[in-house]
Amino acid sequence: MALKIVKGSIDRMFDKNLQDLVRGIRNHKEDEAKYISTCIDEIKQELKQDNIAVKANAVCKLTYLQMLGYDVSWAAFNIVEVMSSSKFTYKRIGYLAASQCFHESTDVIMLTTNQIRKDLSSPNQYDTGVALTGLSCFVTPDLARDLANDIMTLMSHTKPYIRKKAVLIMYKVFLKYPESLRPAFPRLKEKLEDPDPGVQSAAVNVICELARRNPKNYLSLAPLFFKLMTSSTNNWVLIKIIKLFGALTPLEPRLGKKLIEPLTNLIHSTSAMSLLYECVNTVIAVLISLSSGMPNHSASIQLCVQKLRILIEDSDQNCEPSVNACMKYLGLLAMSKILKTHPKSVQSHKDLILQCLDDKDESIRLRALDLLYGMVSKKNLMEIVKKLMLHVDKAEGTTYRDELLTKIIDICSQSNYQYITNFEWYISILVELTRLEGTRHGHLIASQMLDVAIRVKAIRAFAVAQMATLLDNAHLLTGNMQRNGICEVLYAAAWICGEFSEHLENPMQTLEAMLRPKVATLPGHIQAVYVQNAAKLFATVLKSQEGNTDSTAAQETSQLMIDRLPLFVQSANLEVQERASCILQLVKYIQKLQQKDVEIAEEVNALFAGELNPVAPKAQKKVPVPEGLDLDAWINEPPSESESEDEQPKAIFAKEEPKHSRPRHTEVDEKELARRREARKQEQANNPFYIKASPSSQKVYQDTPGVEHIPVVQIDLSVPLKVPGLPMSDQYVKLEEERRQKERAEKKKKEKKKRKEKRSGRGKKHDSGPESEEDITPAHQVDIVTEEMPENALPSDDDDKDPNDPHKALDIDLDKPLADSEKLPVRSHRETPKSPAEDGDTENAALQEPKKKSTKEKREKKKDKDRDRKKSKEEKKKKKHKHEEKEEDLLGGQADAPVVQSEETSEVVAPPTSTNPEVSDLDFWLSNAPVPSNTQEATTVAEAEAAPPPEAASGTAPDSEPDQPQDADTEEAKSSKHKKKKQKKEKEEKEKKKKKKHHHHHHHSDGGGEESVQNGTVEEEEPLPPMSNYCLLAENSYIKMVYDIQGNLQDGSQVVVSVIFENKGDSFLKSMEFNVLDSLNSKLQRPDGSGPHDGLTVPFQLPPGVSNEARFVFTVQSIIMPQKLKGTLTFIVKNEDSSTHEKLDFKLHFTCTSYLITTPCYSDAFAKLLESGDLKGSSVRLEGVNMPFHHLLARICFHHHFSVVERIDSCASMYSRSIQGHHVCLLVKTSGQTVSIDAKCDEPTLLGNVLDEIKQTFSQC
Amino acid sequence: MIKAILIFNNHGKPRLIRFYQYFAEDMQQQIIRETFHLVSKRDDNVCNFLEGGSLIGGSDYKLIYRHYATLYFVFCVDSSESELGILDLIQVFVETLDKCFENVCELDLIFHMDKVHYILQEVVMGGMVLETNMNEIVAQVENKISPSGGLSAAPARAVSAVKNMNLPEIPRNINIGDINIKVPSLSPF
Repeated sequence: MALKIVKGSIDRMFDKNLQDLVRGIRNHKEDEAKYISTCIDEIKQELKQDNIAVKANAVCKLTYLQMLGYDVSWAAFNIVEVMSSSKFTYKRIGYLAASQCFHESTDVIMLTTNQIRKDLSSPNQYDTGVALTGLSCFVTPDLARDLANDIMTLMSHTKPYIRKKAVLIMYKVFLKYPESLRPAFPRLKEKLEDPDPGVQSAAVNVICELARRNPKNYLSLAPLFFKLMTSSTNNWVLIKIIKLFGALTPLEPRLGKKLIEPLTNLIHSTSAMSLLYECVNTVIAVLISLSSGMPNHSASIQLCVQKLRILIEDSDQNCEPSVNACMKYLGLLAMSKILKTHPKSVQSHKDLILQCLDDKDESIRLRALDLLYGMVSKKNLMEIVKKLMLHVDKAEGTTYRDELLTKIIDICSQSNYQYITNFEWYISILVELTRLEGTRHGHLIASQMLDVAIRVKAIRAFAVAQMATLLDNAHLLTGNMQRNGICEVLYAAAWICGEFSEHLENPMQTLEAMLRPKVATLPGHIQAVYVQNAAKLFATVLKSQEGNTDSTAAQETSQLMIDRLPLFVQSANLEVQERASCILQLVKYIQKLQQKDVEIAEEVNALFAGELNPVAPKAQKKVPVPEGLDLDAWINEPPSESESEDEQPKAIFAKEEPKHSRPRHTEVDEKELARRREARKQEQANNPFYIKASPSSQKVYQDTPGVEHIPVVQIDLSVPLKVPGLPMSDQYVKLEEERRQKERAEKKKKEKKKRKEKRSGRGKKHDSGPESEEDITPAHQVDIVTEEMPENALPSDDDDKDPNDPHKALDIDLDKPLADSEKLPVRSHRETPKSPAEDGDTENAALQEPKKKSTKEKREKKKDKDRDRKKSKEEKKKKKHKHEEKEEDLLGGQADAPVVQSEETSEVVAPPTSTNPEVSDLDFWLSNAPVPSNTQEATTVAEAEAAPPPEAASGTAPDSEPDQPQDADTEEAKSSKHKKKKQKKEKEEKEKKKKKKHHHHHHHSDGGGEESVQNGTVEEEEPLPPMSNYCLLAENSYIKMVYDIQGNLQDGSQVVVSVIFENKGDSFLKSMEFNVLDSLNSKLQRPDGSGPHDGLTVPFQLPPGVSNEARFVFTVQSIIMPQKLKGTLTFIVKNEDSSTHEKLDFKLHFTCTSYLITTPCYSDAFAKLLESGDLKGSSVRLEGVNMPFHHLLARICFHHHFSVVERIDSCASMYSRSIQGHHVCLLVKTSGQTVSIDAKCDEPTLLGNVLDEIKQTFSQC
Repeated sequence: MIKAILIFNNHGKPRLIRFYQYFAEDMQQQIIRETFHLVSKRDDNVCNFLEGGSLIGGSDYKLIYRHYATLYFVFCVDSSESELGILDLIQVFVETLDKCFENVCELDLIFHMDKVHYILQEVVMGGMVLETNMNEIVAQVENKISPSGGLSAAPARAVSAVKNMNLPEIPRNINIGDINIKVPSLSPF
């Protein structure tokens, strides 16, 4: 009974599915965490079950819990298990869980490689799809490297659904494994013209992502994209392309010229706002890129601004309000881009933008603020800031108010205070800003105060007065602890008052203010500044008091210091304490001297003599390395312990070398430096905003002739912090207006006097425009001290680049031809089928060799020519035969250019007649733009185009089957051949070469690491004879087929038949169809929806002399018996004049060996297996075997998919496993010419057949 | 690129999260909280773009969201995506959900998170837009579901009646919804 209850509850427990879990969580609102933890315990139990359905259910629940924030990485292995389920619904759950919680450091990811590869090549497109989707989320560099080739094959899959996914995922692969970009790019480019719009869109998507980071590499695709832009009707694709053009135009202004017209048309015609908006954006980008060159695009600018204004101000009643707001937002965003180059066109809409500051939507207000930043001028700065100050008062949320505050400061301080004409006004603004409660930006205001006070010498007196007032009223700022942020301002105030104390009206009062006990409540770093600057003030006070006859005043001051400082000496802050005690001792000493009537003011002042200059933030970094100093050189040679260690450091430094490029600054020769220094001095002299570094700069200011007619503003320096009624800065706005009027009047007078006087530095730019920017003279002759930089420092813009940007690695030249070494890594045991593909090649060697040689030679020659030309050739090569007609369309304007060139005729050798080596296809395409000076050039290019260089033609021939899924393989084969020629000396290579000389190939690296090591030692003894598993399937005068059968490790009912088709004749073979008469036991897997007797289309065509491989999946039920299947290949033979239908019958032989899979096995596991007693034995004797023992083993390994477990002298144990999990163990012994094989297997029939096949193998040799 | 897709309800409870860049679970929750905080305080009439969820991405990234009845759909995207396009994609996604679940409501998302994921996988893959054509998406989803009993078999819907999500009509004039809606010819094998 009790047992029953337990069992029942267990059943229910396993029954709980995702819905139950969710319901349970919802029913346990109060103790959710507890409930979930019991659920997790249940899940852990479920994961221990063998039933995959239970596991999948558990993993599904975990995915839900992951969303709630629970870490489920502990179940990673179970997730992998569910991923490898053969049932799609479970597999999908596994992949979903993996995509939610796997990442690069999940270690089980390594285990998934084979599973994913299997799923990718699954005949079920949904398995493939789900694997691609999952992989896109957790791809790692290792997975990317291992699977790049498989994914690339899928890019040519028959189903658009798979193609589209494969194309998209390539972007992720590129990111993780940049080496794959170049080999994969040609196919990616092909996909831009895929018949399926979804695939096309995916390809556009990927290339746009790539080009966004490294646009220059994709310029050559511009004509193709242009064509897509004018032909596509898919708005998504259009948007992407137009965005891409936006990124390309800055690199190639001519492209912009070509774009303006179609884009303008789109703007007028489209009804989709998203498209319209992107068009406007790109037109803006074009106009920016053209801004220097083409003057007459005001119509386009007007169009853009006008459309944007509509976006901003119109709210459509039919739209959701939020969508209207979106339009407004985007309108402002685009406006800010126009602003950069065409400020005038935007400034006329100032009203609209100021209006947006009142919008209830914060994002819109922020955008408007951004715009204002760019719209200010000397003329309107005060007005705009005044408006902003009003908003500061009105603003409710502190975030927005803080944003306003930073914007005001940004606006005022931009480009070195360029727009500020009156710094008194600016200081007042800063002081007003300190009234903001609870702002976080106290430090920002403080740093502005410091910056202005230090750099604008003329303003110091005023600034000091203001700061003194601030210090006096410090209680206003610090009264409330909530306002903490703002007390940073006191830091600046104290420092300014101390440093420039000579300007203080009443230093004594300020000194007292700084030593108030309340100061001790300020943050430590501010107290420290207070203490230090109190000392400076003290020095100043002493100086003024010592002149008096009455010495008591000075002594009283010292006493004040001695009274107040101990408070700071007790401070918990170390810095405050240290400074205070230091200064206290100093003052005590001074007091002693004072009592002896010694005059010490001079000496005390000497403590703080000298002026502090501002230093640029990056100055330290830019100190050049002095000439002759080599930072990399050893100061003391490191003791060399041994030769081998000696080499190591060298290697390290060789690698690091590029990093040390900075010291190159020193190479600039002395003359150049002198010249630059001179130029800079010149520049500074001409710029009124800079002063010379001479110490007398203050006098310069006073001597400036302009100073007389500056209205002297009488400011009450003791203005209280708050002027009732009118905020202080407003006074300046009024005053400024008056001042400007006055100035204008004066100027008129001056003009009447024929402008005899010209103010130095300003005279050059003096325009007569009555209201132009330059006319507004600053109220103060502003001396902005430049920030100090080390001598010789060079402006370098590489400071901000992020070395960790993954896109940096993708900055790869895609136009360069693929080098031999560039290929995607292919799974090792897949190399076997490849080599016979090469067999085919080598048999054709006689035919192909001369051709290839010439190509190579010409390539060599080409290298000498300049790079542009090379590029252009490559381009032509790629495009020539494919885009011929389309290009012609684009060239419509050049009717006289004879461009048509068919594939056949391109074989005709015509030497290149190009007269202009600089011109590439792109140039040609671009030059079609209506630029008169270019037309001549264009026609010459057109001629060059008409006669393509011969190497282009011959070069394309071998590549001309773009749709072959295997062409990576053939490419590989080809490239390894090149290697052969290059005679690489690595041992591995050598071995390969030897094998290649014979028309067979051995490759054997299926096994695990240990196993291959053993084989390695075997091979060392004596070179192995070449071997191949491919055997002839059928052959006639047109075509030859060889095949190999391999089992599928993950799926016990599948074998893959790889067939290599080789075109033996000189006609073109196409429409090949492969069909097999299924038996009860073995069936060819056909795509969904096709009948049991339909043939499979071979996914490629064969030009003469070319071979290619296709794979077919068969399902088998029983694997214990060998089997033969009859089949037929039908194909069309196409000659120049005729085409005939041909067929070729064949018999596929499924041996038992082909169901075995090389599986490494350790000797202890092997021993256990034999001990278990489940295996039945059988044995066979081979007589007259005349070969070394290791050759014998290698043959068994290679032909029959065994691996060596252990080998002792002339005795070896071997192991293999069938796809359905049968273990096959062999003990091979040899004595003389007799070989005896004792074998054990859990399936005697299978074993018998395998042994027969082994026997047959050796009887053949 | 899309960096993350978040769906949460008016109380900030996540209904689906999909990050296309790795974040640890606690970070994910923090991002959800912060995003909810940013989005929920906004009026329904204000614009659907938000700059600077400081946790994801930084200045190049924007939050683009839509609010339907009880749910927020938030996409975090970088500058390579068109803002209005993504806004429309959200609409396409929600309409797809509506078709697949037959009048979708929050409960459907609560009880069938996995299926929502499978639908999303047909729209966005690895942070890139895979398909924008609703018919195509629905066809793909149904192709895969049909052997195992259809998405619409959602008994949970009967549990309680919850207000429908009130899908608004696609605004007529902006036409961003008008992206390539035609049944594509499925290419033969």
